[in-house]
Amino acid sequence: MTTVGQPLQRLEGPDKVTGAARYAAEYPVGDDLAYAWVVQSPVPRGALRNVVADPLLDPIAVLWHGNAPRLSDSDDPELALLQSGRISYRGQAVALVVARTLEAARRAAQEITLEIEEEPHDAVLRADHPGLYTPEKVNPFFPAETSDGDVDAALARAPVTVDVTYETPALHNNPMEPHATTALWSGDDLTLYDSNQHPAGVAATVGAVFGLDPSQVHVVTEHVGGGFGSKGIASPNAVLAAMAAKVTGRPVKLVLPRQAMFSMVGYRTPTIQRVRLGASADGVLTAVDHQAISQSSRLFEFAEQTAVVTRHMYTAPNRRTGHRLTRLDMPTPRWMRAPGEAPGMVGLECAMDELAVACGLDPIELRVRNEPAVDPESGLPLISRHYVECLRQGADRFGWAGRDPRPRQRREGDWWIGTGVAGATYPTMALPSTARVRDLGDSRYEVAIAAVDIGTGARTILTQIAADELGVPVEQVRIRIGDSTLPKASMAGGSTGSASWGWAVTGACRELRATGKLEVTYDSSESVSGQKAGKHAFGAHFAEVRVDAVTGEVRVSRLFGMYACGRILNPRTARSQFIGGMVMGMGMALFEEGVLDPAMGEWVNHDLAGYHVPAHADVESVDAAWLDVQDTEANPMGSKGIGEIGIVGSPAAILNAVWHATGVRIRDLPARLDKILPGL
Amino acid sequence: MKTFTYRTATEAAGGLEPGATFLAGGTNLVDLMKLGVATPDVLVDVTRLGLGEVTGLPEGGLRVGAGVRNSDLAAHPLVRRDFPVLSQALLAGASGQLRNMATTGGNLLQRTRCRYFMDPTTPCNKRRPGSGCPAREGDHRDLAILGARDDCVATHPSDMAVALAALGAVVNTSARAIPLAELYTDEAPDVDTVLDHGELITSVDVPPVNGRQAYRKVRDRASYAFAVASVAAALEVADGRVTDVRLALGAVAHKPWRALIAEETLRGRPATRESFLAAADAELAAAAPLRDNAFKVPLTRNLVASVLEDLA
Repeated sequence: MTTVGQPLQRLEGPDKVTGAARYAAEYPVGDDLAYAWVVQSPVPRGALRNVVADPLLDPIAVLWHGNAPRLSDSDDPELALLQSGRISYRGQAVALVVARTLEAARRAAQEITLEIEEEPHDAVLRADHPGLYTPEKVNPFFPAETSDGDVDAALARAPVTVDVTYETPALHNNPMEPHATTALWSGDDLTLYDSNQHPAGVAATVGAVFGLDPSQVHVVTEHVGGGFGSKGIASPNAVLAAMAAKVTGRPVKLVLPRQAMFSMVGYRTPTIQRVRLGASADGVLTAVDHQAISQSSRLFEFAEQTAVVTRHMYTAPNRRTGHRLTRLDMPTPRWMRAPGEAPGMVGLECAMDELAVACGLDPIELRVRNEPAVDPESGLPLISRHYVECLRQGADRFGWAGRDPRPRQRREGDWWIGTGVAGATYPTMALPSTARVRDLGDSRYEVAIAAVDIGTGARTILTQIAADELGVPVEQVRIRIGDSTLPKASMAGGSTGSASWGWAVTGACRELRATGKLEVTYDSSESVSGQKAGKHAFGAHFAEVRVDAVTGEVRVSRLFGMYACGRILNPRTARSQFIGGMVMGMGMALFEEGVLDPAMGEWVNHDLAGYHVPAHADVESVDAAWLDVQDTEANPMGSKGIGEIGIVGSPAAILNAVWHATGVRIRDLPARLDKILPGL
Repeated sequence: MKTFTYRTATEAAGGLEPGATFLAGGTNLVDLMKLGVATPDVLVDVTRLGLGEVTGLPEGGLRVGAGVRNSDLAAHPLVRRDFPVLSQALLAGASGQLRNMATTGGNLLQRTRCRYFMDPTTPCNKRRPGSGCPAREGDHRDLAILGARDDCVATHPSDMAVALAALGAVVNTSARAIPLAELYTDEAPDVDTVLDHGELITSVDVPPVNGRQAYRKVRDRASYAFAVASVAAALEVADGRVTDVRLALGAVAHKPWRALIAEETLRGRPATRESFLAAADAELAAAAPLRDNAFKVPLTRNLVASVLEDLA
């Protein structure tokens, strides 16, 4: 019997529910364990001259650039920790206190005196910022600009045009488990219990910083309480914990407090997006222009690929996308679930909704009319796209038919009610990985790969894949992941985990069966390099909202996603990925915002009381369904990545529903009541 | 967290050494201690003083022990029957877990959630007198529009206290009885209440009230969020006219704001939307909003009219 496609429960579920599962800060590492607390810069720009600790508090160590060990250069300037007195943003780590208890470390850190020469700073992204420039590429390697045809001429000629600017705020990753590391040295060998999305990558990066051979660093990442991209690369806490352990000769535990996660581990850049659409009177696009502005830090150029998604969604003879960036005295933005696609589809899919209104067309019909015959960017044939089917079948399941297209028509008591739709897409990729399978005898097998399960269900899915390939029940397969010393695997990011690791596991299992060997290690590099580029998963999001006419409060009554993501390997964990992404999209549409105090260069709402993510009561009805399609060319499993597509398009569907309910078009997220109320 | 000593209070009498503070549910104080906002030397635990009873008063009101947990008070049959506005306000606050810990006395004495107050790396006149108030120019969307000082625009975060203000509750302490309306002071930014050091709230008396009651809270998400604005109201109508009304506003001032001007405006008037809006306007005429919280004026106006209409 095939187990792939069955709704297996997470193998580690009972361990997690009972508390037996160990996270990075929960390993017993000895009685001499010490705790570290990061001292963060209270100013956004300046030079740290001296650090004075309160002698009465007597910590084990206070590290700063005046006394910290020298580190080797890293590709990531954020990891040059305590190496210089230059302060590049508020919240930057400028000192580290190590003490016998967490409370003592924290207290000593609070009482540290920092002697800082503060300098004027610049913290605000704006469309006319003088520092804006076009980066060479946008994350991870896309050209910053593309252009086909003559967009300006086409816009000038177009009978119907939309010219709108959408703004999204800084958004902050808040996995339930904060970034955390327990570090201990044994001679020159370093062990890190670390919360991350790529144990092998963290081992290599941290090893390089300390001048170690990769074999001298062991990263254990058995369980991770969420990452969303913020744990994709080595975090400052890993380097700081290792440094503190080195200096004190003790195991050191460093857990970032929630407040520090708003500045020290990346965030989604704010964006300012101007979208211009030109169309014929019957809604056929003649011009598409998407120009995105975002920010990065002084330390590192991270250029969010906000407009890249527009290159693949809709066809038009004249198309242009561009990105500009400015460097501010603010923390470095990084990956947050669907970087690029999530904010970019707010601009594109809300603008498409506005175009549908301008053309007097149903928004689904508008999208169908602009479905390309080939990929709009590359001109390559479309493979397993299914976007129109997602729109059509999703509309049927959601109950779209008969919708009055006019806004502000449906009211029940104090509630205005409306519905909205938006498309979703995410690239389909696999990365090289290596897996090892051992025949343990008695039809039992062990599969090992340095993959990591950040809550997605990866551990379970890989077991299912291996069981099918080996022709045994899942109970006879033991999976080992979450350890950098296992065969090298790619990162849990970019919705690539199952495809990349599953490919390697499949290859190893097939070779074992074909050869009869007792142990096979399979490197997928060669076969992965043959995968077709430019593939995407698609979906459609539908939302029903109600808006209180008295207060402007928005509640999402229904949220539904219809997906075409190849073969679904495990419907239970897949559904969790989809609806989790959609709920995160709800947060983006309605609640989440890093509130900047420009004078301080700080997001002042830096905790979960101030930074609102959806609470249970906000999630009334959320569901996902998918087409029974496979993409046999994508990878041996026929699957596509599903970790991110849920957040792509769900914010736009909600915002479009807010307009339909009220007639109020919110173009600067989140759609809070104070922005809606004046229009009611 | 600063090192402190801990002891259990043995009698509900006042008096504390300098640097000592009372600890009840700890849902706010312990957070502030972790953040370094509160740095007591001594914690005196008052949860074993037997202040956990709710009793009916002879005239029909209630005496609520200061140690009664928010969740117990919200669920108490007398509260649900006679003071639904109080029950609704309690259940609108915080989360189930926090309500299980939080006490009546502690709820009244919780500190503002102004972001600058909560962050010791920023100036704040309430936390460090004379250091300045960044909220006035910075983030103040959630802060005061009524009765604010130039040097502090904090709001009181409680829902429960708004209902108690509307009900005209009286706070009993180890030393005296204080009308709730007089408990909070704006004498200086760093002084929240008129309580002396070591003065312990022992109970709250809630007098009987006429008419129908309701609490309505506006918030940015459906639960677990402080109010953007709230209204507690009790309204009695006879022959289409307002015979009695109690009205208090939340999240608009440094204290739960008893809307006495609106009440006065309404008494004897027709119980119509026009009257309710006029009353709200009369109360809000004194509003002095800042750059980003002016929306609270029309929001509160809408809310007052809507709640009173529902009760009429």
